[in-house]
Amino acid sequence: MRPPFRFIQFVKQLHFIGYKSTFVVVLTAGFTGMVLALQGYYTLRKFGSEGLLGSAVALSMIRELGPVLAALMVTARAGSAMTAEIGIMRITEQIDALDTMAINPFQYLIAPKVVGGLIGVPLLVALFDVVGIYGGYLVGVDLLGVNAGSYWTSIESAVEWKDIYGGILKSISFGLIISWVCCYKGFYTRMSAEGLGSATTEAVVLSSVVILVWDYFLTSILL
Amino acid sequence: MLKLVGVKKTLGTQPVLRGVDLTIPSGKLTTIIGRSGEGKSVLLKHMIGLLQPDEGQVWVGDVDISRLRGQPLNEVRKRFAMLFQGAALFDSMSVFENVAFPLKEKLRMKGPEVAARVDEMLEQVGLAGMGHKFPAELSGGMRKRAGLARALVMRPEIVLFDEPTTGLDPLMAKAIHELITTMQRTFGFTAVMVSHEIPEIFFLSDYVAILKQGRIAVMAPPAEFIRTTDPEIQEFISVGGPVVLSGAAASS
Ligand SMILES: Nc1ncnc2c1ncn2[C@@H]1O[C@H](COP(=O)(O)OP(=O)(O)OP(=O)(O)O)[C@@H](O)[C@H]1O
Ligand SMILES: [Mg+2]
Repeated sequence: MRPPFRFIQFVKQLHFIGYKSTFVVVLTAGFTGMVLALQGYYTLRKFGSEGLLGSAVALSMIRELGPVLAALMVTARAGSAMTAEIGIMRITEQIDALDTMAINPFQYLIAPKVVGGLIGVPLLVALFDVVGIYGGYLVGVDLLGVNAGSYWTSIESAVEWKDIYGGILKSISFGLIISWVCCYKGFYTRMSAEGLGSATTEAVVLSSVVILVWDYFLTSILL
Repeated sequence: MLKLVGVKKTLGTQPVLRGVDLTIPSGKLTTIIGRSGEGKSVLLKHMIGLLQPDEGQVWVGDVDISRLRGQPLNEVRKRFAMLFQGAALFDSMSVFENVAFPLKEKLRMKGPEVAARVDEMLEQVGLAGMGHKFPAELSGGMRKRAGLARALVMRPEIVLFDEPTTGLDPLMAKAIHELITTMQRTFGFTAVMVSHEIPEIFFLSDYVAILKQGRIAVMAPPAEFIRTTDPEIQEFISVGGPVVLSGAAASS
């Protein structure tokens, strides 16, 4: 195995999983933060504590919504494409061709995608969190008139390192789940166009379900 | 060198190979014929360990690959190249990169050396100047030839060709047949070809084998093969008129 060559494969995957997902992540993160601020504002106002809006948005983002929603978006965008790509390679015997050349398809094809997912998803989650918190600011402060200073100070006082580590741990494990499930489903695609379609669907559904189930258990351990 | 002993394989519920005994002579061109769906591609895949038999052995030299996996199997595969029936080009790579791939990956060759060898190979299969194209931009016949270039570029010891000329026009088919036979004679590799090109294969091949009902029914040099008394095989090889061998082929 030659590391520089696989490194290029890895960079390609990081570009595909990470960079190419930024638009959809920014879009969903912005609106998620905005709707959180909207809901949070009217709930908190009942108790006269609008000043806590920043911390409500930031904690929901960092602990739950950032990792889960970003992971679901990556599944839909990059995960399904991974399954389709590997599935087509299976059906058209390109994977067999790698085998006949004594090249391990796991090393050549799958490993760069798994590493790309492991690193790409946490980066996207970080972006999701930041954009989401700014989306909340836009609605909370600019639209509904919450004090800008208290928005930021409530975040600073409420968010702990523990929350951030938890978010990172979640996003790394989600990255692993997405790339593993989607590559697996593609690799074992049945030899037909129908097989390819169902492999892609199954990959997206299975990956999303595993993400949500694993999220529950991981959260219960972290709390 | 390449020897199958009692190979049986059931795919799904269908028994495809039902006890194949076949010895492929080294340094010769052996062609396997047979009806469509008879299991010729499946047989070829057993020779390189892409499929493993339910029963029986596959000997490559003195190694039985029928139960081999992982690194030991890869060591054996390094002696092989295979042209797939559907070409199996990597569609994320250009034609040039496809042909260069085994040189870089298997032989660890570098830049200029690779380029020279790839260009030479592409010219031989009639794809000069097409290196920058992607598989999706090629016709079926061009893909076949690119696959052929990728298989032959490594100058392997054993080459498996699954229908190298299917889908090509008659002139191109003739050119490819000539390319395979001259390369085979020049480099002396062991060639196993699956083909439907009757009668041409009787003029090219050193041996012809027919797969029938999951077994090798006849395996012999062309001159002997066409004298087979099995009426079904006679009918199969004579649909386009009786095969007439003349000169070298008949006397060999
Ligand atoms: N992966 C597979 N799963 C199940 N059945 C298979 C598989 N591959 C091949 N078969 C079956 O095995 C039989 C032999 O197929 P094979 O492709 O070897 O035929 P062939 O002799 O190469 O035919 P052709 O001349 O049309 O290429 C067919 O009936 C096919 O349906
Ligand atoms: Mg076939």
